[in-house]
Amino acid sequence: MTIQVPPVGFVSAGTLEEAARLVSDPDDRAVLIAGGTDLVPKLKRHQAAPITLVSLANIEAMHGIAITDDGACVIGALTTLSEIASSPDVPTMLASAAATVASPQIRNSATIGGNLCVDTRCNYIDMPLTWRQARGHCLKDGGDTCWVAPASDRCWAISSTDLAPVVIALNASVRLVSSRGERVVTADSLYRSDGINYLTKTSDEILVDVTIPATTARTSFQKLRRRGSIDFALLSVACAVDVDSEGRCDTARIVVGGIASAPVSATDAEEFLVGKQLTPEVIDEASEIASKPVRAQDNTDTGQRYRKWMISVHVAKALTEAATERV
Amino acid sequence: MHAVGTAGPRIDGMEQTMGRTKYTDDMTLPGMLIGRLARSTQAHARIISIDTSAAEALDGVKAVLVGTDLPITYGILPVSQDETALAVGKVRHVGEPIAAVAAIDAETAERAVDLIKATYEPLDTVASIDGALLEDRDLIHGEGKGLNVHRTAALEFGDVDEGLASADHIREDVFYFAGNTHAALELHAALATAEPGGRVTLWSSTQVPHYVHRTLAKVLEMPAGQIRVVAAPVGGGFGGKTDPFSHEIVAAKLAMVTGRPVKFTLTREEVFYAHRGRHPVLMWVKTGFDTEGRITACHFKTFLEGGAFGSYGAASLYYTGALQTSTYQIPNYRFEGVRVFTNKPPCGPKRGHGTPQPRFALECQLDKAAEDLGIDPVAIRLINAVEPNSMTVNHLRITSCALSECIERVAEASGFKEKFENLPAGKGVGIAVGAYMCGAGLPIYFNEMPQSEVQIKVDRGGGVTVFSMATDIGQGSTTMLATVVAEVLGLEPSDIAMVTADTDLTPVDLGSYSSRVTFMGGNAALEAGTAVKDRVFAAVADKLGAPIESLVAQNGRIEDAEEPDTGVSWAEAVALAIASGGPLIESGSYRAPKLAGPYKGAGVGISPAYSYSAAVVEVDCDPDTGIVTVDKVWLAHDIGQSINPLLVEGQIEGGVYMGLGEALFEADDFRGALHRGPSLLDYKMPTSLDMPPVEAILIDSDDPEGPFGAKEVGQGPLLPVIPAVANAIWNALGIRMDQTPFTPDKIVAALRDVARGKPGRFGPKEVPAFEFPPLIMVEPPEGFPTGRIHIEVGVS
Repeated sequence: MTIQVPPVGFVSAGTLEEAARLVSDPDDRAVLIAGGTDLVPKLKRHQAAPITLVSLANIEAMHGIAITDDGACVIGALTTLSEIASSPDVPTMLASAAATVASPQIRNSATIGGNLCVDTRCNYIDMPLTWRQARGHCLKDGGDTCWVAPASDRCWAISSTDLAPVVIALNASVRLVSSRGERVVTADSLYRSDGINYLTKTSDEILVDVTIPATTARTSFQKLRRRGSIDFALLSVACAVDVDSEGRCDTARIVVGGIASAPVSATDAEEFLVGKQLTPEVIDEASEIASKPVRAQDNTDTGQRYRKWMISVHVAKALTEAATERV
Repeated sequence: MHAVGTAGPRIDGMEQTMGRTKYTDDMTLPGMLIGRLARSTQAHARIISIDTSAAEALDGVKAVLVGTDLPITYGILPVSQDETALAVGKVRHVGEPIAAVAAIDAETAERAVDLIKATYEPLDTVASIDGALLEDRDLIHGEGKGLNVHRTAALEFGDVDEGLASADHIREDVFYFAGNTHAALELHAALATAEPGGRVTLWSSTQVPHYVHRTLAKVLEMPAGQIRVVAAPVGGGFGGKTDPFSHEIVAAKLAMVTGRPVKFTLTREEVFYAHRGRHPVLMWVKTGFDTEGRITACHFKTFLEGGAFGSYGAASLYYTGALQTSTYQIPNYRFEGVRVFTNKPPCGPKRGHGTPQPRFALECQLDKAAEDLGIDPVAIRLINAVEPNSMTVNHLRITSCALSECIERVAEASGFKEKFENLPAGKGVGIAVGAYMCGAGLPIYFNEMPQSEVQIKVDRGGGVTVFSMATDIGQGSTTMLATVVAEVLGLEPSDIAMVTADTDLTPVDLGSYSSRVTFMGGNAALEAGTAVKDRVFAAVADKLGAPIESLVAQNGRIEDAEEPDTGVSWAEAVALAIASGGPLIESGSYRAPKLAGPYKGAGVGISPAYSYSAAVVEVDCDPDTGIVTVDKVWLAHDIGQSINPLLVEGQIEGGVYMGLGEALFEADDFRGALHRGPSLLDYKMPTSLDMPPVEAILIDSDDPEGPFGAKEVGQGPLLPVIPAVANAIWNALGIRMDQTPFTPDKIVAALRDVARGKPGRFGPKEVPAFEFPPLIMVEPPEGFPTGRIHIEVGVS
């Protein structure tokens, strides 16, 4: 049987202001829906029980890609991943990362705003209801224990957005609008390492667009997954390095996704690279440094030991590819 | 032959491709209710109470059932009547049905299920083979504590100790084959109605309407004649729809209770709990070889994790020991096996039923022996290959057999020898073989009746309708039957109307399992078609004044081969036959020759014929990530004779696909007794985009007893694929994957071991110290290995 979506109200907002008003009072239990590819399965599995869905789909101002006078790329939150994957105007790394998300059908519906806000995942929560009843509801599911780390008082669900590491590595910012006003925050600061409260955005704020400043960085995105056709990342790495005329690294950004509750910036490795030539030896050393502080949890496919091993492998792949990228 | 051997679309292909086929879940009847099952959230527990009062009080709920409403036990095998439609007294795995509701719509039914409250007293959870072999755990079946052993087997053919003593080289290896599931695209569904007069009709996505019919009669305590079971078009089975299921019985009972039609369609999660998939099997194999690689003896131990019920398990156990001898001449053979119960969804038959696991072990061990002895992997298989018209040491009768040709052809087409020695690091090729039965030699319940019956009725206008209970599960059995009859009558397959899989309308065929339908149903259709042809020819001979022997059926006409101009059209010929002999209704049947050897367990593995396959797989492995990409698969299959080569190739591609999934991706992993991910997101199956090209090579060995010489293709081609992948990974990376699936984490772990100077291998190290029962010593067949082979001439 196709699992039913439980009964829920549905309102399509015509303007940003209307949408902001509709989600302004938490007591209304109204939640935003764009492509629906993350939310609808959760509704079917009874992981969320909103009273009303507020659709953003008809807000024209939130669609599309524009280039500003200073060369920044501004992407409306409702721009679909298919549009981004095939756009010549967005940074190459963003297009190639978007092309690895899910399947063509899902990319046609899923949006960049939705991907940046996609819920954290864990194989104790992203399960059917009978399974969760048999296991006992976990912390994120209304219970009082995180089954991944029962001694811990927090939730260890994993950030599984493929695009967040990319926009963080590209020093992007996002614009958040609510009925209280508007603020712009760095993409990096949008995330918090907590599987339940994984965003610093409040529930009444709407992510309206993403701005990626012009860049000369060499970039690479690497994603580890079981099937090349469709799968969430077991690990993703986005890196952006600026090199001077001598081939020395000016600045480096290395962001690891899919391994913790928020994207992880490998700051020690970034600092290590500054001023160095990107030789294979330097890349190997930087990769080892990048993998050191990250712990993998046993809450997705394949063992945690393997995912830990793969961090340095993928950081090295990303740095190697970036070092040889033509710009 | 004009129809047989011609590649063409399925006769129901257009309907399916256009989405017009009505599967069970597509059906709706007036007043229909929706049924849902409440399921256990406990792995092993005594049921203290089940409170259904709130569910019954819910508006729109028409009936609620619990276990005591359907207390009669059943099970697919007469020796394992250990299931009830809804749990009685205790629950044995998470997801076991404990209650059922029928309501006016799905939403109400779902809410009613949530309102059913069960209380339990937990029992010990048994979640592994090792756990089942502890003596102090609560029994899953029976009272008290003890070993959770379901069945054991211990057989010896010839003298294994002597065979090993004479060996120049002996290998001992341990392997583990992970459990996995069918994941047919169509979810299990059933729709039942009950007439006021008492007759019950059940439409179901089943592979075995006859066995479902028998089970309903037993559990509902009704005469079989009051029950009609129809297998609606089935959207994939692979063995997963070969048991009678809770939802089928409950749908019928709820229809009787409410007087309204009731439909159940399981969710994907529920299908994972209904299961009956591939058994996880731990294996220990000790084999002796002479210096040229000839096998002198083989000792095989298997440990099967059966899950919570018997299902086909008693047969599955013997299948893990039965077919090793069907491909290689093993002069001395010992098989010891044990199947245990655990608190997990019940295992059963999946494509290859009990044989892919030992095939994986045997083919990987043979590859290692070849390496030890400095023989190439092709040569060691050829030197041991079974020959046509021979007996195996465990009394299997081998008739047609093109195994050697399969090996040679697939090695040649793939360029195996050059690639094996010359591919760069990271790339590799592997080879393996397999064999499978063309139908189990014995029916599931003992009886002397035919295993397949076919009836043909010819209309006065010449229309031919074939009636058969053979169930098309996507493999194309309906097209096969139409092709056989069309061939005999000189018509086209598309001329034949097919009525199938309906216990009211069609004579019995035991079902679509054990790759039996082409061989058995095809022979029954051949006999029925021949009976129709004989009547028509007699009438036409009389009319034309021509001898019957000179008549031929071709191009929709019955003609005198000597004087083609004098023939009559098929319709005229039919009118003549009806005028002279009354209704043109004939039937045919098939029963397999009696082949069982003189020992307990000999009924498993015997078959009137065996198909043979050999596969070469080429892989490209990333040593950094452990990800294996399959570049191409070559598969040669001894089909006997293709009834329809297009469908044969489709089955080969499907078998390769499923084999690659089991090799690289799929496993039913558990956290304790709880499935790690009962969904198609977490249970990793390859998609069409992950599928490499497949080159199918069809080899005709013209089986002496098959219809037009045909043999099976539904299951055999899966078998060699899994070990061929493992052997290719060895060739690419120098590591041995002795445990499925060959996931990237296992590969990287083995490579890291190599880097630290350890053996490059991933797999179990030992098997439990289980005391098997005393061996039953069986003499090899008279004159082994050649002996006297009896081949049935014609069909029964």
